Amino acid sequence: MIEKTAAELSSALAKGDISSVELTRAYLERIARYNYQLNAFITVCEESALKQAQTADEKRAAGDRSPLLGVPLAHKDIFCTQGVTTTCGSRMLHNFVAPYNATVVEKFSAAGAVMLGKTNMDEFAMGSSNETSFFGPVRNPWDTKRVPGGSSGGSAAAVAADLCAMATGTDTGGSIRQPAAFCGITGFKPSYGRVSRWGMIAFASSLDQAGPLSKSAEDAALMMNVMAGLDNKDSTSIDLPVEDYTATLNDSLQGLKIGIPRQHFAAGLGAEVEQAIRDALKEYEKLGATLKEVDLPNNHLSVSAYYVVAPAEASANLSRYDGVRYGYRCENPVDLEDMYKRTRSEGFGDEVKRRIMVGTYALSAGYYEAYYRKAQKIRRLIKQDFNNAFDEVDVIIGPTSPHTAFELGAKTDPVTMYLEDIYTIAVNLAGLPGISIPAGLAQGLPIGMHMVGKDFGEAQILNIAHQFQQQTDWHRRKPALGQEG
Amino acid sequence: MEWETVIGLEVHVSLSTKSKLFSGTASEFGAEPNTQANIFDLALPGTLPVFNEEALKMAVRFGLAIGAEISKRSVFDRKNYFYPDLPKGYQVTQLDFPTVGKGALTITLEDGSERVIGVTRAHIEENAGKSVHEEFHGKSGIDLNRAGEPLLEIVSEPEIRNAQEAVAYLKKLHSIVRYLDISDAIMAQGSMRCDVNVSIRPRGEKALGTRTEIKNINSFRFVEKAIISEVHRQQELIEDGGQVIQETRRYNANKDETSSMRSKEVANDYRYFPEPDLLPVVIDDAFIEAIRIELPELPDEKKVRFTTQYNLSNYDAGVLTSTREMADFFESVSSQSSDAKLAANWVTGDLQALLNKNNWEITASPIQADRLAALILRIKDKTISGKIAKTVFEMMIEDSSPVNDIIEKNGLKQVTDSGEIEQLVDEVIANNPVQVQQFKDGKEQVLGFLVGQAMQLSQGKANPAQVKQLLRAKLA
Repeated sequence: MIEKTAAELSSALAKGDISSVELTRAYLERIARYNYQLNAFITVCEESALKQAQTADEKRAAGDRSPLLGVPLAHKDIFCTQGVTTTCGSRMLHNFVAPYNATVVEKFSAAGAVMLGKTNMDEFAMGSSNETSFFGPVRNPWDTKRVPGGSSGGSAAAVAADLCAMATGTDTGGSIRQPAAFCGITGFKPSYGRVSRWGMIAFASSLDQAGPLSKSAEDAALMMNVMAGLDNKDSTSIDLPVEDYTATLNDSLQGLKIGIPRQHFAAGLGAEVEQAIRDALKEYEKLGATLKEVDLPNNHLSVSAYYVVAPAEASANLSRYDGVRYGYRCENPVDLEDMYKRTRSEGFGDEVKRRIMVGTYALSAGYYEAYYRKAQKIRRLIKQDFNNAFDEVDVIIGPTSPHTAFELGAKTDPVTMYLEDIYTIAVNLAGLPGISIPAGLAQGLPIGMHMVGKDFGEAQILNIAHQFQQQTDWHRRKPALGQEG
Repeated sequence: MEWETVIGLEVHVSLSTKSKLFSGTASEFGAEPNTQANIFDLALPGTLPVFNEEALKMAVRFGLAIGAEISKRSVFDRKNYFYPDLPKGYQVTQLDFPTVGKGALTITLEDGSERVIGVTRAHIEENAGKSVHEEFHGKSGIDLNRAGEPLLEIVSEPEIRNAQEAVAYLKKLHSIVRYLDISDAIMAQGSMRCDVNVSIRPRGEKALGTRTEIKNINSFRFVEKAIISEVHRQQELIEDGGQVIQETRRYNANKDETSSMRSKEVANDYRYFPEPDLLPVVIDDAFIEAIRIELPELPDEKKVRFTTQYNLSNYDAGVLTSTREMADFFESVSSQSSDAKLAANWVTGDLQALLNKNNWEITASPIQADRLAALILRIKDKTISGKIAKTVFEMMIEDSSPVNDIIEKNGLKQVTDSGEIEQLVDEVIANNPVQVQQFKDGKEQVLGFLVGQAMQLSQGKANPAQVKQLLRAKLA
């Protein structure tokens, strides 16, 4: 049962084939068996999960028919959960217990979903391999020598290994889509403003967006039905009606115009990945879609612009971790400056410190124009590229990552690591919705297909992804997990 | 050499919104430490700001009151620095696109002359918390009640030329924000704070001298003294061949001198950038007009009206309109007594003296407008003389019973009964034969003496006009 999609579990629960308590217990057992190999969870909430499952079963008995009632999920440890530690993958917050729930957490709770625990992640969501976590790296269920991608690597690995039915993640430059690609699952980043950021620990405020990691596009739609919507506590959340994302999943793709970005099929793209995407595009042609090459001429600037804007915002967002009010504080500070210096030196890992320094530098007097201002201009150019492309096509499709999951420790140079997100980063800069879905295997490792939609075109993207999954079974492929512990 | 002083003021007023600038927390003065700080004010991870539109309306009100340009689009920025009472590690303020642009206000100097002082801008920002160093035995406490309170920072042009003008400017600002009901502006409580930028240059010189900034002065008097002292210091320094260095200084009232806090070279690089958690604030003409029609009568307009409607002198009108409470008090006394002239005299005279002596606000006056009007009515209907009225006024401070009762029970009623007055006059004539003879011999000025004698006999209660009339009749 645990290998099923959330949609399938939802109907099994509705039919009474299984109770939420039984299902929750099954996932908890599987976590107990496999988490030591994968390190996908930082916190497992056994007791409260079973209690929530119990409540869900009671609600169902009382007539509650919410689709995700009793379905077990995991939250990335970036979402504040009242009474449960929220670490953000950092020593700085290793002991932090929020007195409130993130809006996303609150909404899933109201929908009756059962929270199994909090998943591992790159520290403060800064990383593309889940190797920067204070709690150790997450391992890819398809090959535990390999990374699951990042920063939502714990969520991606947990969903891929059936340690939960679905999980939340956040995506600032590809942090949902790239781990989804590496782990062979579906990962969806909605348009900026679609999902509330309240209670989601900030990395780069103008780029961060929460979204689902799931076993199918249909599950992503079910999750989006819960997550999306205006939140008065987040001034950047958008006041647009929330559609029923499941309602249009089966719309025909006849006449769909797919854009193939020249820049995403250029040098650097692995041959097997390219072949898998080209094969997938043929599926779409069979469904009545037409392909058209499009240009994203400024795409090559996106990583550079991103690594100015994101660290700049992060440098300010992470100033609050100063040892004064909560979180890590160094031992026996001699004075204020000593407390600041040692708290932050000891509390943050190398990658976080690197980005704080880059961001601080980019905002410094005399450099602001050359870096931050210029990066903002590039951001507008990138948005314009997408607007131009969407004048001609309905969706843009390419690879999520140039290659499949790499081995732990393989990428030691930060810039090489930053280039991991070459296809995904521009989407965050433009604020558009993007999804990664499984589209093949190369030497036993999943390949992700990336689709970018128009502003707030969530429903269409999910429809396009779902139609592919109706024709193929890549999203049904499972990793063979190693020996039980 | 003759020196010219150049002063610019940066005034922070806390806006009296019901809740803080970006969180729903109340922001009242004087609550127990950290009882007015929610998860956002504490900068817990994941919390986000939501702009309090009330603060925007107040800023626009202020802008309109000083005839300033109102920005249709203002943008919040983060100003980054580390300090324990700054929970987020940055202050949210408006750098390049403040809500209020260029405006001006007219100040009145002690000699009655007026000057117009330019206002460069006024921007909305959040307050920091407060470090508490007492009671913690070598450690520091942090009180975040104030953190996130809305402030309006009003920046003047460097057009102020001396300490008196600076104080007049501050008083005018104080008056305007109180008229607008957007701030208590109580300097002692920190709801109005002032940073002073001072430089000097040889008279006639166009270029500005190097300035120093004196931070956080908390009374009008100290602003005046700090400027005088700092100007003096700069003059001596330059005349001795030294140079003023650009730095932040603090004013020590006990020593009456300024001292260096930190120099600009080691100053923070604040690394401003647009606050990504907030959208730009966009308003339209309708928004501005709705605020404009709600504007109250402002001190300058009121002053003009008082001179024409009540026929008051410029000076009296100026004093009476210096605060809205004072103006309201006067108008209440005036309408209830139907005598603007007497009302103005009493309010600017005895009442003002009483308030000054006790350091009372007019709203806390022990004599309220209705009772002062009653007193004036008793003068007008000749129940008491103007002189006795002063005695009654003194009694009214302690005695809250009706004015008529005070007059009655203290026997202060003016004697107008002609029989009683005749008795008095007869007694005076009998007791002062020499003076009576002098008067009869044509020495007219003696009459005043005789009237005085009668008044003394009556302990001031006799109607002096009646006494005089009767004396003349009897001695004719």
